[in-house]
Amino acid sequence: MKGRLRKYRNAMMLGIFLLFTLLALVPLFGVLGYVVKNGISALNFDFFTSLPKPMGVSGGGMANAIVGTLILIGIAGLLGIPTGILAAIYLTEYDRVSWLSTAVRFTTDVLTGIPSIIIGIVVYTALVVKAGNFSAFAGGVALAIIMVPLVIRSTEEMLKLVPQTIREAGYALGIPRWRTILRIVLPTAAKGILTGAMLAVARAAGETAPLLFTALGNQYWSHSLNEPIAALPLQIYQYATSPYKDWHSQAWAGSLVLILLVVILSFIARLAFRSRKNF
Amino acid sequence: MGQSLTIRNLDAWYGDNQTLKGINMEISANQVTAIIGPSGCGKSTFVRCINRMHDTLPGARATGEILLDGESIYAKDPVELRRTVGMVFQKPNPFPAMSIYDNVVAGLKLNGIRNREKLRTAAEKSLRMAALWEEVNQRLNYSGMSLSGGQQQRLCIARALAVEPSVLLMDEPASALDPIATLRIEELILELKKDYTIVIVTHNMQQAARIADSTAFFLNGELIEHGPTSEIFMNPKDKRTEDYITGRFG
Amino acid sequence: MKQNRVKESIGDTILRLLTLLMAVSVVGLIIWVGWQMFASAQESIHTFGWSFVTNRVWDPVKQNFGALPFIYGTIVTSVLALVIAGPIGLGVAIFLNEMAPAKVRSVISFLVELLAAIPSVVYGLWGIFVLAPLLRDHVEPWLAKWFGFLPLFQGSPMGLGMLAGGLILAIMILPTIAAISREVMAAVPDSQREAALALGATKWEMVRIAVLAYAKSGILGGVILGLGRALGETMAVTMVIGNRPDILPSVFAPAYSMAAVIANEFTEATYNLYLSSLVEIGLILFGITLVLNAFARLLVWSVARGPKGGHLV
Repeated sequence: MKGRLRKYRNAMMLGIFLLFTLLALVPLFGVLGYVVKNGISALNFDFFTSLPKPMGVSGGGMANAIVGTLILIGIAGLLGIPTGILAAIYLTEYDRVSWLSTAVRFTTDVLTGIPSIIIGIVVYTALVVKAGNFSAFAGGVALAIIMVPLVIRSTEEMLKLVPQTIREAGYALGIPRWRTILRIVLPTAAKGILTGAMLAVARAAGETAPLLFTALGNQYWSHSLNEPIAALPLQIYQYATSPYKDWHSQAWAGSLVLILLVVILSFIARLAFRSRKNF
Repeated sequence: MGQSLTIRNLDAWYGDNQTLKGINMEISANQVTAIIGPSGCGKSTFVRCINRMHDTLPGARATGEILLDGESIYAKDPVELRRTVGMVFQKPNPFPAMSIYDNVVAGLKLNGIRNREKLRTAAEKSLRMAALWEEVNQRLNYSGMSLSGGQQQRLCIARALAVEPSVLLMDEPASALDPIATLRIEELILELKKDYTIVIVTHNMQQAARIADSTAFFLNGELIEHGPTSEIFMNPKDKRTEDYITGRFG
Repeated sequence: MKQNRVKESIGDTILRLLTLLMAVSVVGLIIWVGWQMFASAQESIHTFGWSFVTNRVWDPVKQNFGALPFIYGTIVTSVLALVIAGPIGLGVAIFLNEMAPAKVRSVISFLVELLAAIPSVVYGLWGIFVLAPLLRDHVEPWLAKWFGFLPLFQGSPMGLGMLAGGLILAIMILPTIAAISREVMAAVPDSQREAALALGATKWEMVRIAVLAYAKSGILGGVILGLGRALGETMAVTMVIGNRPDILPSVFAPAYSMAAVIANEFTEATYNLYLSSLVEIGLILFGITLVLNAFARLLVWSVARGPKGGHLV
């Protein structure tokens, strides 16, 4: 009799885990479904080419916000990706085991858990207050800080996969160590590193909180990196919390574009990784 | 032309573990010298000392003297030294991100040689010497990983030859290959000794007997016996050498 | 006898120092963040002292600032999120790791990762226009009807409030909990599973005896990482929590979170003490998440050495 009870309990628990898994996917389809449904009906040519219209006036688009987001992740990528890759090179190529590299790894992991709005505050006090104005540059810096720990961790994993014999082959040819690292080890892991970097960019593209007090947002085109700049997440936030129906539908359309951007970035990253046939 | 090597009182350690003890040995130019012995006897460490690859491992160090044509290798920059003393590894290790052509010229390119004509000539010459030219000249842009294991190893030999070393160290270069590929590597080694001094580590005694002019037997980090190959195999002076080559241990 | 060490070339020195600098700058960054916040919060710290965390009034007009309502709102929503997402996330991890066939596993784990890839602001938008009305019209009246005897479920259904915040957070931290739990469960050696099965254990008993027992500190770490993420999550909560600095027992009621008040009022803070008080809230948030994350990472590291970067986590 006891055996039967155990079997029932087994089936019940397995059923519960399956149920939980299905339950976890409900919000995914809920969110994606609404974004696609409400987003597509508000998407049109104007959305990609026009500036936002003033309050209460219908029409207009998010052209400046789309470009703004691309500029912001561009700045963030330029600052954050090299920094992260170099730090990861230190952790794999120069110092794998000391207390210092353990401390760096630990801090990197902890840093990924710091709320992104905190990064916004700090960049505000360090850059915006000093410069006297909100700017695209400050927004890019804030996003770069978010990206760095992600890039470090993924790059480190990829560099660890490069067999030691590849490095030795370089040394044995009389190639200096630094050239071996930059010209042989890095290219060997390039696709994996790129994947990690793209995922970090995708993550940064969707961030709103660090931009609130740095990039600020802008209803118009920005003419320099030293001016406030629009960004898709900021625009979505502003429109979603406004009382206008028209803006609400624009927010859905913006969300659709933002999700497509993020998903496309991560998807490209994954494809790049899958096609990897090296080592 | 090959250069000769003189090893004097060479000791080597990994951390506290001494892997080579007081090695004294003469290696003649333009000969094939085989290093044999049971695994863990220090044969790999020995060849890795000659191009100072041993020093690159954390916690590893070596003391003593190694002379290359009478000049101390420790007086040279280790990176320079490795262009004179090339190395081929146990498992073929072409650079995965590079084409066949780029693999061959990697040592030249990354040491600052830009002249395309020069690189082209060097690549063809090295591939011919490695007996690979006929097989790959139509697909130099393919990835080095697209070749078979034996071809990859010959590619690695070509890559080592392209920087024009005078000594070639080979650490069990055929142990990961099938018998036919092994045979080709052995023929190649016999060709190459005209121009290079070759030191080959092998766990395969028949291989040593087939290709080596002289053979050295290592045991527990010590050089037990070194002499012409025929003497080592037919008429070993040391009991331990005899035990090893007759298969009584190891 | 001389020591034959390899000397370093100039190129090597440059690359080594450059990479060292970048690596150390990560450690420097976190110290710098803490220091910047601490410096900017000085005015508030001096003016209010410890009463800042016990004062339940937030009145910019009278220059009276207390963080208690925000701490309360943050804790209630995060705990709600944890209660919901903890078991579900663990269930997903067990399903994926121990039960699902390989094909199903890769599809579902991709979908769960996708859940983490959706930007916070999109969750907020969905929360405002889909989740909140649903709660207001259906879920909250139902909860009030059946569980209304608890103070937790009293008051009029509002939609926007702590329940909405907690639910949104639950959705957002679920992938974190599931991913970390999976990672530590994957580190459990198969010999443990086989040992349990060899004793005649059912699948669930095997999971309980071999997997969960072995991985529990790592799973706890994953749950705490999820908590850390919930505490600091800004946009989605800001958009659905109702933004009222009150301390009310009902989860239907609007409230405010620490991150939300910073997001809403930072650019409107017109005088130094106001700004400084907001920064001090940020400093408290930073301190809490720092400690939680450090603790959680130690737990996870103790099970699965050298955790993966966690791409989307």
